[in-house]
Amino acid sequence: MGYRLGVDVGGTFTDLLLFDTASSAFWRHKTPSTPHDSSEGILNGVTAICAAAGITPGDVDFFLHGTTVATNAVLEGKGARVGLVATEGYRHVMQIARSFVPGGLAGWIVWPKPQPLAALEDTVTIKGRMSAEGEEIRPIDDADIRAQLSVLKANGVEAITVSLINAYTNGAHESRVGELAAEILPGLPVSLSHEVLPEMQEYERTLTTVANAAVRPIVSKYVSNLRSRLADAGMEGKLSLLRSDGGLMSAQKAEEHPVNILMSGPAGGVTGAIWVGRNAGIRNILTLDVGGTSTDVALIENLEARRQRTTEVGHLSVRASALDVKTVGAGGGSIAYVPELTGALRVGPQSAGAVPGPVAYGKGGTLPTVTDANVVLGYLPENLLGGTFNLDREGAKKAVQTIADALGIDLMAAARGIIDIVNENMFGALRMISVQQGYDPRDFALMGFGGAGPLHVNAVARLMGSWPAISPVSPGVLCALGDATTRMRTETARSFSRLASQTEAVDLIAILDEMAAQTRAELVADGVPEDEITSAFEVDVRYAGQAFEVPLTITADVLTSDGIAGILARFDAEHKRLFTFNMDTPHEIVNLRAVAMGRALDLPAAELEKGDGNPIAAKMRDHVLWMDGREQPAVIYDRAKLRAGDVIPGPAIVCEMDSTTLIESGCTGTVDAVGNILIHLA
Amino acid sequence: MPATIIQTNETPFNRIPIDPVTLDIIENALRNARIEMDATLVRTAMSPGIREQGDAFPLIADHTGKMIVGQFGSFIGGFLDNYAGTLEDGDMIFLSDPYSVGGAVSHSNDWLVLLPVFKDGRLIAYTSMFGHQSDIGGKVVGSMPINARSIFEEGVRIPPVKIWRKGEYNEDLIRLVMHQTRKPDWCAADLNALIAACRVAARRVVEMAERFGDDVYVSATQELLARNHRAMKALIGMAIAEEPVSFEDYICDDGMGFGPYKIKCTMWREDGRVVLDFTGTDPQSVASINFLLNENMFKMFFGIYMIMVFDPQILFNDGFYDLIDVRIPEGSLLKPKFPAALSGRTHALGRIFDILGGLLGQKTPEFLNAAGFSSSPHLFYSGDDERAGKNAEWFQLFQIGFGGIPGRPMGDGPDGHSLWPGFTNVPNEFLERYFPMVIERYECEPDSGGAGLHRGGNGIRMTYRFLSKGTIAIHDDRWFVPPWGVNGGEPGARARKILEKADGSQIIVGNKVEDVDVEAGDMLHFITWGGGGWGDALARDPALVGLEIRQGLVTVEGAKAYGVVADDNGVIDVEATEALRAELRSSRGELPLFNYGPGIEALRANCEAETGLPAPIQPEWPLLEAAE
Repeated sequence: MGYRLGVDVGGTFTDLLLFDTASSAFWRHKTPSTPHDSSEGILNGVTAICAAAGITPGDVDFFLHGTTVATNAVLEGKGARVGLVATEGYRHVMQIARSFVPGGLAGWIVWPKPQPLAALEDTVTIKGRMSAEGEEIRPIDDADIRAQLSVLKANGVEAITVSLINAYTNGAHESRVGELAAEILPGLPVSLSHEVLPEMQEYERTLTTVANAAVRPIVSKYVSNLRSRLADAGMEGKLSLLRSDGGLMSAQKAEEHPVNILMSGPAGGVTGAIWVGRNAGIRNILTLDVGGTSTDVALIENLEARRQRTTEVGHLSVRASALDVKTVGAGGGSIAYVPELTGALRVGPQSAGAVPGPVAYGKGGTLPTVTDANVVLGYLPENLLGGTFNLDREGAKKAVQTIADALGIDLMAAARGIIDIVNENMFGALRMISVQQGYDPRDFALMGFGGAGPLHVNAVARLMGSWPAISPVSPGVLCALGDATTRMRTETARSFSRLASQTEAVDLIAILDEMAAQTRAELVADGVPEDEITSAFEVDVRYAGQAFEVPLTITADVLTSDGIAGILARFDAEHKRLFTFNMDTPHEIVNLRAVAMGRALDLPAAELEKGDGNPIAAKMRDHVLWMDGREQPAVIYDRAKLRAGDVIPGPAIVCEMDSTTLIESGCTGTVDAVGNILIHLA
Repeated sequence: MPATIIQTNETPFNRIPIDPVTLDIIENALRNARIEMDATLVRTAMSPGIREQGDAFPLIADHTGKMIVGQFGSFIGGFLDNYAGTLEDGDMIFLSDPYSVGGAVSHSNDWLVLLPVFKDGRLIAYTSMFGHQSDIGGKVVGSMPINARSIFEEGVRIPPVKIWRKGEYNEDLIRLVMHQTRKPDWCAADLNALIAACRVAARRVVEMAERFGDDVYVSATQELLARNHRAMKALIGMAIAEEPVSFEDYICDDGMGFGPYKIKCTMWREDGRVVLDFTGTDPQSVASINFLLNENMFKMFFGIYMIMVFDPQILFNDGFYDLIDVRIPEGSLLKPKFPAALSGRTHALGRIFDILGGLLGQKTPEFLNAAGFSSSPHLFYSGDDERAGKNAEWFQLFQIGFGGIPGRPMGDGPDGHSLWPGFTNVPNEFLERYFPMVIERYECEPDSGGAGLHRGGNGIRMTYRFLSKGTIAIHDDRWFVPPWGVNGGEPGARARKILEKADGSQIIVGNKVEDVDVEAGDMLHFITWGGGGWGDALARDPALVGLEIRQGLVTVEGAKAYGVVADDNGVIDVEATEALRAELRSSRGELPLFNYGPGIEALRANCEAETGLPAPIQPEWPLLEAAE
């Protein structure tokens, strides 16, 4: 094992983290992103970080990458032109969708009409019908299929998707359309719904298949471009991409199934947090990833992040596994305002973004933001490390004063109000993934990362009762760290939809074994040695008639020994934990999934030099900030000079290259053996 | 006799000043708690009505019963005035009888749970939620007999009773109630879900009070109400004129051959308050289309519409109630006398929103929306599954349909969507898996959306092929009086139902029918109505009309309503289009603000020819005076 390089491309910066698996040493680097061609920024970063580590790109064995290329293709409508073949009578499946209009009563008045991901003019229907039991009701007709495919050909579609009713029970009709498509539209990628997602619910299956087809060409182009640029630079390491569910997949596989990397970006931070937690000996973690416009939160229990079966991208809900990451429109750039009619203080979701940005950045912003409030209060010192970037505190004060005037309170109270409101929004998101899922937040630590996470983590931990508040090593590049330290993963899913009372354990095991073999073969094909692969199964169970399934993880051994009854007992316990009651209703086994994973890497963090508990050597200067309704003296420290065991009394500020940690009064930060700052109530 | 509230700690809450930041934090936290109620319910409920279609509504109220968050307004004040019992820690109220709570729930299918929240011996809040039960017994499957003549035919009626009394569960009561329904399993799960949701919210309220202090929490709720009062007062001053405006619309029929029934509302501002007067609304029906409209609920609807139409940054609560005066004549369709049947109230409930839109937009046409999909059409299908291997197992389906969102100031209305918050359709693959049916078609009905600069959304054509004999019932409306267009837009197309027998013969089915027998192999075409159009159809870009022909949303024939001449491929004949538009422009008069279609008399005269159904007969009220 040698060097693993994690690379996370964000909207503003490309973060890199190089990990030497032999020595546990790591190097980090931040370079401006190059949106016209991300590989440029990546190459700049690769050159710089390799130079810093004294190696060449050829020494890097694994290039591990989180990217938002697929997400952006969907959000910006830049996907390929997809032709959709549907069942007769279902041409408008994407137009009608689930008939759902977001917002409350009368929300339809202000809801924009969405355009389907596969245009209606590029949607054709064919004769032929399968039943819900997978039997043919009416045959397909080759001549009809040819005619309809010709329509799509004439339209100039760039990819074909076939999604027929009940194809999840029998894909024969879809397969035949696929064959004819290959003949009539040679060279065009074809996606069949029963292969992409063999699950019930025609809209979700169709959407997922179409989304996959729409982003394929873009992801493919991106990957091949990146691959050749890296090759030019002499890099021969294996290229893998981060999946939405926090595992890795080979770049080739990602090109075929890009629907699995739609939430690659947020997943990086969570996997990074798992690595940090493992090395800090903290197994239950809530994550708080605060960016410029939004905050992502997730829950990690026993070093496993919670997953969900849907990936939310914009207004679309795609059926692909993703980490259960909730996003709120609250970040450093969130704008504070006071609506005239109510005189209430609101923060976000409008954001000043990167341009014009907060007032304090001096790039033309005029509206008060969360960052400006942090500057006014002294939580973000004017001179950050190196002095290359000065904050305009006077400008920030002027902007926040407008809020103070509108509310009739003083400047500092208004600034702290903005911070309190934005913290409350983050708190709301964290509750959704913890309390609402039946977890007690007091059993969890809270880890803040991203540009502004460590600035808010202490205050939010106080609201949650989640201690310690953690400012991890390299909070600004934790995504890249996650990319570098996670493992290979793949999964497959199937609808089952049978009453538990009519299901035998042996039948279940037979199907799961078959699915396990399929997923293991996929990892082997991706170069993972057979003996390093572990398999796990998930079974979704509900009371027959419910809409909500509880996913339960099991192994074949446990299934053999405990039988179906064992699963049901666990379901009842979980249902009770979530919803406080059980029912006499029969159980239904809804979906089955098999997961295959590569070896979990044992990548310890490098130990920090041990200090004597006194952080004085790291002190940069004395400082004054506003907290608890008054001005208070505080100390600013340089994180690079902190030693293991140092104890920092609050209020204090710890600065580093790309992040600032705030330790509040009444709290104490302790530097752990590998450099994380763990904040507790004093 | 008002309810007696028993507190072990009678210390009153101190009203203390609240800083604006704390106030916003508490408001935010209450909103989160409400979202949590919804989430808890949807996950654990079992009937398709709640589960897939989200037909359930939460609220959190202050210690006096005023709604702080929610969307249907609070009935608690009225309930307390009329409940002769006690309320104390550990109690939970359960009810479904609309007449016991002044219409807080408007038919017996809606089961409501009310939880008084006590902290340290003091009543600090209420949480409540109601949800639609798929079956509560009574004379028909689904418990909403359109032809019921009194509420006694509409299933179990639950007056306010204690499901929990001082922490003790009344199991006998629940056994008695569940004994009345055809689907005790669904009802039990849904009731559990409602209870769980109320308990979650109660926990959040207590946590908030612990975090901020009881006095701060209670004072904040009062300040939130006051803040809303101030904001709404300003908005009313800006948006509502002193000069009265009226608007009227219709329920097509009552399912017994009579109709249409007029609903009329007049609005004006007087001494800073808004009066909403339903004088002129027709008297109550002998059948079940009556809608017992709770005044507070209507105030809330009004407030929400004000906010959505004029779009300021207000979060609504009950604070503005005393700014609004709702007057509903006794014995009218909207305030029927006990024991009038109520189960079919969905049509009038929906139509209320069209009326609100028409009232509020009249003086400000730029904010005006056309008439929309203002109802939730129902289909019931039940029987013993006669397919091989199904052992004649009982099945019953209750499904809500979707239609066209109207043309709006912001653009076209979405096709085949829901006007109700949170509703989603049931996947057809789900229906086919669990019911003896094949859904042969589920597509937009082209041309059903009213033509306009902004097209009304299309309705849906859903074709069911039944695989087992059984019984169906249909509740729909807007088959006789079309959904109106605005600002020059055309009305949308009306609803239709066609039963196609295995031999190909077609029967036009009424839109409010019970107990129609179907055989295996029969097909039902359930066609919902489109939204009205917005603005001059002749001003719509012909290229867009052409594209919609290719998309199957508009037909070549339908394009002519836009003055567009095109072929099957949507290719525009530019010259012919210009000529047709010129001709249409010269032959038409000034575009009306509202286009109601040809009017009731003409609709009646042409009814049989146009709809295949006999015209409804003008209802007469031998015993009741028209509520003029």
